[in-house]
Amino acid sequence: MLTFILKRMCLMFIVILGVTMMTFLIMHFTPGDPAEMIAMARYGVDDLTQEDIEWIRVQEGLDAPLHIQYIKWLNHAIHGDLGCSLINGQPVLSEILVRFPATIKLAAVSMLVALIIAIPVGIISATRQYSLTDNVSMMGAMLGVSMPNFWLGLLLILLFSVHLGWFPVCGYGGFEYIILPALTLGTGMAAITTRLTRSSMLEVLRQDYIRTARAKGLSEKVVISKHALKNALIPIVTVIGMQFGRVLEGAVIIETIFAWPGIGKLLVDSIYARDFAMIQGGVLFVAVIFVIVNLVVDISYTYLDPRIRYEGVK
Amino acid sequence: MTLLGIRNLKVYFYSEDGMVRAVNDVDLDIGEGETLGIIGETGCGKTILGLSILRLLSENTKVEGRILYKGEDLLKLSEDEMRKIRGKEIAMIFQNPLSSMNPVLTVGTQVAEPVELHQHLDNQNAKEKVIEMLKSVRIPLPSKRVNEYPHEFSGGMRQRAMIAMGLICMPSLIIADEPTTGLDVTTQAQIVELMKEVLKDSGTSMLLITHDLGVAAELCDHMAVMYPGEIVEYADVRNIFKNPKHPYTRGFLDSLPGRGLKPIPGISPSLINIPEGCKFHPRCSYATGRCKKERPQMKKVGEKHFVRCFLYD
Ligand SMILES: Nc1ncnc2c1ncn2[C@@H]1O[C@H](COP(=O)(O)OP(=O)(O)OP(=O)(O)O)[C@@H](O)[C@H]1O
Ligand code: SF4
Ligand SMILES: [Mg+2]
Repeated sequence: MLTFILKRMCLMFIVILGVTMMTFLIMHFTPGDPAEMIAMARYGVDDLTQEDIEWIRVQEGLDAPLHIQYIKWLNHAIHGDLGCSLINGQPVLSEILVRFPATIKLAAVSMLVALIIAIPVGIISATRQYSLTDNVSMMGAMLGVSMPNFWLGLLLILLFSVHLGWFPVCGYGGFEYIILPALTLGTGMAAITTRLTRSSMLEVLRQDYIRTARAKGLSEKVVISKHALKNALIPIVTVIGMQFGRVLEGAVIIETIFAWPGIGKLLVDSIYARDFAMIQGGVLFVAVIFVIVNLVVDISYTYLDPRIRYEGVK
Repeated sequence: MTLLGIRNLKVYFYSEDGMVRAVNDVDLDIGEGETLGIIGETGCGKTILGLSILRLLSENTKVEGRILYKGEDLLKLSEDEMRKIRGKEIAMIFQNPLSSMNPVLTVGTQVAEPVELHQHLDNQNAKEKVIEMLKSVRIPLPSKRVNEYPHEFSGGMRQRAMIAMGLICMPSLIIADEPTTGLDVTTQAQIVELMKEVLKDSGTSMLLITHDLGVAAELCDHMAVMYPGEIVEYADVRNIFKNPKHPYTRGFLDSLPGRGLKPIPGISPSLINIPEGCKFHPRCSYATGRCKKERPQMKKVGEKHFVRCFLYD
């Protein structure tokens, strides 16, 4: 297990290196002079001079060649220093840590909502294949997959906040604030997971060991919950790790729509402001979280599927 | 006394290629303490016959006829009543223990289930019972191995565990589907010895499904030879080997390594395209015009010896 984790850590490092390098490149090739944008953000458009811009360029190291800039940033990052915001001078790390809980809260609630809907519906669909229940849930899942996040979000705001007034339109606060964004973010995942649960369950129900379980006289309930479910969950858990990536990705848009003060919104705001340090730090942070979640998912496999034992175990 | 009587059993599948007659007019009896062997080539419907007794076939299947267990027709029981028969009265030992055991549950958990369910034993008592059972099927270190998973067992050990799972409730009838297939010769011999012993001790009846005549000869009192969905010959073991009547039975025996290794000419039929008349006629050297058109009936040719062939009309 230890060897496995170490190996994964190495891989994790490479992934993170790649991700940050890509962000760096993309940021610097987007049109517009970054020094000018930063100067505008700091001093306003009106009394901006060319000297101010040049001063910022030198001050923030934007005049050095790209690879030097990257290596400098990486060196600091490795030592735990993500730099300061180019706009307001706040340390990037503390800003991220302030915003991070909001995103995790949103992601966790969305995934919870998705799983609570998807797993039971998927199981019922599989055990009653081609029944009315099955057809209706599969149609629902189809709809859920094909609806774009932002569109669904706006629709929900329109219906539940504007027309019915049940929930606040946007913002951050108590329970009532999280419902609509979590629903928006969770729907796509619920749809995919429902379909996956159904097909995984159908596959498992065809297996010989299910017949063996029935041959013992076990009731259908026990056959499903004790013999089939654990097997069916194995592929679902894999996908949960990947889904988490999608949830983070979706959070960028959803947080903007619902004015949810998480990392997604921070990233979008920083991109508008060309706050390179903040973007770089945010992306790094999200990548690390994503990789860690996937590692945890992979480790949790061992407990679900005893056939998988990573090198070094036993 | 008859324990299980199968009368006029027909099993159909509705598949995309039309109706498949997997079992056609099968009549069989198994007495108390008796072992009946079903032999036949692969795909002739042996497993389907076994599964139909426990009513474990999928929903696209139609089963007709009667399956009398202790005088009661199993096909007329409700699903709830049937569940009280499965594992308790009639148990099945499945072909291919690797795929027939749940990969994510320990062997101990799986072997314990029948007694927990039917004898309402609590965890501790069930575990003791399982260890005792594993010991009796000669699994070494049973108290350690109950906590292992099927993939940690060798093929022979898995088969033993499967047998333990079937016998743990002391059923009256065991349906054993190819219990020795896929094992090496030494292990095969051990499993056969084990089953012999266990059956003698418990007085359990058995329906033994196999395509290994050697195994059948060791374990069975009577044998039924199956050719796509039908019984073509039924006799006691001695007569099947010493005095086979049906051309297919003879061909089957001649194809054995010890008996000349002569294969039966022609291909073994699938259940999809079953020939008219006698199903064996395309491969039979005695076939006449009548064999192509008419289906032969079971004829008595001796004491408890029946054959489905026009040669004995
Ligand atoms: N649900 C089903 N629908 C349609 N056909 C089926 C179904 N189940 C089994 N069959 C077919 O019925 C035939 C008989 O199967 P069965 O498993 O009884 O053969 P068998 O005699 O046990 O062979 P083997 O020695 O290989 O185990 C097979 O050809 C199989 O393809
Ligand atoms: S009935 Fe005819 S074809 Fe069939 S086994 Fe007998 S002789 Fe051969
Ligand atoms: Mg079979």
